[in-house]
Amino acid sequence: MNASILMVLPELVLTAGALILMLAAAWGGQASTKAISWTSVAVLIGAGIALCGPSSSGGEAFDGLYRADAFAAFSKVLIYIAAGVAIIIAPRFFQQTSGDDLRPEYPVLILLSAIGMGMMVSAGDLLTLYVGLELQSLAAYVLASFMRRDTRSAEAGLKYFVLGALASGILLYGISLVYGFSGTTLFSLIAEAYGAGHSLGLTFGLVFVFAGLAFKISAVPFHMWTPDVYEGAPTPVTTFFASAPKVAAMALAVRVAVEAMGPATDQWRQIVIFASLASIIFGAVAAIGQTNVKRLLAYSSINNVGFALVGLAAGTEQGVAAVLFYMTVYIVMTLGSFIVVLQMRDAAGEPVETIASLSGLSRSRPGLALAMMIFMLSLAGIPPLLGFNAKLAVFDAAVNAGLFPLAVAGFVASVIGTYYYLRVIKVMYFDDPAPEFQRSGSVVEGGLITVAAVFVSPVGWLMLAPLGVWTMTAAKALF
Amino acid sequence: MSGFPILSLMLAIPAIAAVACLFVSANNARWIALIATLVDLLLGIYLWAQFDIGGPQWQFVENMPLFGKFGWALGIDGFALMLIMLSVFLMPICIGASWIAIEKRVQEYMAAFLVTELLMIGTFAAQDLFLFYIFFEAGLIPMYLIIGIWGGANRIYASYKFFLYTLLGSVLMFVAMLWMAQYAGTTDIPTLLNTDFPAHAQTWLWLAFFASFAVKMPMWPVHTWLPDAHVQAPTAGSVILAGVLLKLGGYGFLRFSLPMFPEASAQFVWLIFGLSAVAVIYTSLVALVQSDMKKLIAYSSVAHMAIVTIGLFAFNRQGIEGAMIVMLSHGLASAALFLCVGIIYDRLHTREINRYGGLAINMPKYALFFMLFTMASVGLPGTSGFVGEFLSLAGTYKVSTTITLLCTTGIILGAAYMLYLYRRVVFGDLTKDDVRAMPDLSLREVALLAPIAAVILWMGVYPESFLAPMRGDVATLEARIARAAPAGDSLPTAGKPVAPAAHHGAAAPSAAHGEAH
Repeated sequence: MNASILMVLPELVLTAGALILMLAAAWGGQASTKAISWTSVAVLIGAGIALCGPSSSGGEAFDGLYRADAFAAFSKVLIYIAAGVAIIIAPRFFQQTSGDDLRPEYPVLILLSAIGMGMMVSAGDLLTLYVGLELQSLAAYVLASFMRRDTRSAEAGLKYFVLGALASGILLYGISLVYGFSGTTLFSLIAEAYGAGHSLGLTFGLVFVFAGLAFKISAVPFHMWTPDVYEGAPTPVTTFFASAPKVAAMALAVRVAVEAMGPATDQWRQIVIFASLASIIFGAVAAIGQTNVKRLLAYSSINNVGFALVGLAAGTEQGVAAVLFYMTVYIVMTLGSFIVVLQMRDAAGEPVETIASLSGLSRSRPGLALAMMIFMLSLAGIPPLLGFNAKLAVFDAAVNAGLFPLAVAGFVASVIGTYYYLRVIKVMYFDDPAPEFQRSGSVVEGGLITVAAVFVSPVGWLMLAPLGVWTMTAAKALF
Repeated sequence: MSGFPILSLMLAIPAIAAVACLFVSANNARWIALIATLVDLLLGIYLWAQFDIGGPQWQFVENMPLFGKFGWALGIDGFALMLIMLSVFLMPICIGASWIAIEKRVQEYMAAFLVTELLMIGTFAAQDLFLFYIFFEAGLIPMYLIIGIWGGANRIYASYKFFLYTLLGSVLMFVAMLWMAQYAGTTDIPTLLNTDFPAHAQTWLWLAFFASFAVKMPMWPVHTWLPDAHVQAPTAGSVILAGVLLKLGGYGFLRFSLPMFPEASAQFVWLIFGLSAVAVIYTSLVALVQSDMKKLIAYSSVAHMAIVTIGLFAFNRQGIEGAMIVMLSHGLASAALFLCVGIIYDRLHTREINRYGGLAINMPKYALFFMLFTMASVGLPGTSGFVGEFLSLAGTYKVSTTITLLCTTGIILGAAYMLYLYRRVVFGDLTKDDVRAMPDLSLREVALLAPIAAVILWMGVYPESFLAPMRGDVATLEARIARAAPAGDSLPTAGKPVAPAAHHGAAAPSAAHGEAH
């Protein structure tokens, strides 16, 4: 039992931190926002440090309900980083935007969500999975509608909640089928049931579980909530949605696919291949007509999830490592581009979100435009940026697994996506300048953009070798 | 060779200069770019001087397995050396050509050109499959910006077309590369060059590479991006596009398609020959009716590149050597022609051929240079164009008489459209007032054109300097593809042997004797 407690230390740190900060927020009120934000970041760092212990290599905790392995640890590092960034960038946004100010609940909700995500990636049992997922989602529903007086934000929250509840229902239905036909909720025993022979009930369970997970990673055809929620939610919240929960849900999907349903790889591979290609193509085609930069990034995230799924479709160690690598590069690009979006404010300081307002940015703000260009080209997967290496990894895994047609189709479809990324660059570099954005002068945000841009630039190649080792170690933990 | 990483240095100089350009004033950016490109030129000359002809196939090799899946592997052979020389030679000229013509956003412009130089050298020097692809594809980004920011009226359409067209061609090649890396278990190009891929896979791999290189080349019918890109690009952009970027396709065929997939190459000779023959005749005819000077030269590039492809796929020494010389020669001549167009465009701001006429009267120096470059493009003996086209067609003749016949018409048609262009622009009466007011070449412009003219004559008179470094590599390539070389269609029959020399004295009387009977 003691060993188990040590293994969940990161979650304990986060839970204690979140509860204490919640009380502090209740008594401290509005004035304590800043202090609570920074303390939350400190708590996240503390949880990250706690990962160094048995929680990254301990194995099974609580009789298999919870997994403390390298895979979970790697995902948690990404999650904590993304959550920390989402907290850091929030105060300035809410302060400058008319409407609601930032309240101290915001960082606390993100911490709660981080606990849920930690549970998701460490789940060794369908119930742990579900509890983690719901904890993450409930916090996220509130975050989406955090600007109470903004109707778009409220709409986003409601939409996210209704559709999220539906997806949870589908997932639970799948879980109940799996439980009913295998008699267990433990991943290891479910895998034995799948290995024992073909069962129609188990196959149906698998389909429903994957449908529920596809909703969480916003893969086509369960993507429809994404553009609306991303557009309506306050930008720092959108930044959060596009990064941390994506990693958590993707890691969860990988774990369920490999650990619980590994023997049924041939069955889920078809689903993953379909979702992957559909996401790549739909994400690319639907983005072409967008005029709102947040919606554009929403479709871009659908598109990118499709590419990450290519790695999962391979179903090999290399494929899992590629998915982790892809998600690492993906959250850096996403965080970077959303922080650039945060800089888009008109002269009065109100946020603007149209792509047209980026017009001529290369002349008014050359550094910002250069960073945005790097993120766009990286998202498009154009070498020499790191987004290309991420695509290289997943397609390499797919080809090595013999999925040659998938690789060809996916890569050719990636050219469609390039078109709309190029459009953003065209607006920034070729068009005449629009009214200049108000300068935020924020050192933190500028610094984050710089770090992200340097990471995905060719300088980031130096990270390829260590990341390759880490992702491979993490992937090996699943096999 | 010395352990000094000279190739990395050649890549690092433009990289550092490009970053530096972004932080200084416009005029300083010009100087930084000029100095950096000149330093690279000097390094290139040093490279050529140090290149050990007849030595190991790969020289100046560097290899650091830095990036996990792929490594920082550089190294050059004779082909790469010559194309790197072409790049570093044209680059200072490009900077010089943009000295006055580019007024807005000079810093970014210079940075974009320096990045282009870096990527071009990298493409030719890469010895790792993925590193090659990265350099090869990344070249799209600066060129996209150069066309889109500093281009003409229809620049945005042209920039998109350029980017998406070439990207679509390349992605298939990339998937093929993944397969090859998996099959061979390495991404090292020298190893892959000696890997025998199974014949049925070769067909698909060849087609995937063909999709990329045919677009880059460009071959008919996927050449349509080129006229748009050329017409809209600024002068220096066209120079670099025609001078070096078009060579990437030919280099790709030479480096990958032929030695890695010899059987598939032989299998598709009909495709290459057919497309090339159509390209030569069709694009030459199209060039004949152009009213825009840049478009005319762009179409002539497509025709010249077709001569390159038939030479490469002739599977023999003359053909391959000729193709390389055509590439180098076209790189110089068409670059110079674009400069010539740029020079008068800077004065009159139009590329309409009809707006000019009679330039020989008020711009004699210009007329002289333009004449030389026109002749080089036509392939007049004594210029570089002749050497290349002759060798290339001679090589092709061994394989296919018909195709050679068709492609040779390109030389006649080439003479037709180039001389027609020259007549309309330079000869005739000086009737237009604004044309009369145009000053002759400035010192800067002479300095841009004179080196190219000198090299064109050098290559035309003494091509050995350029052929010598490549000879060993041509022999290696020829030996590698010999097993698949297609049979010629001329079917020469052995003639009656002449009488052996030793019996020469006796032969005459015996013939006379025979006659007597």
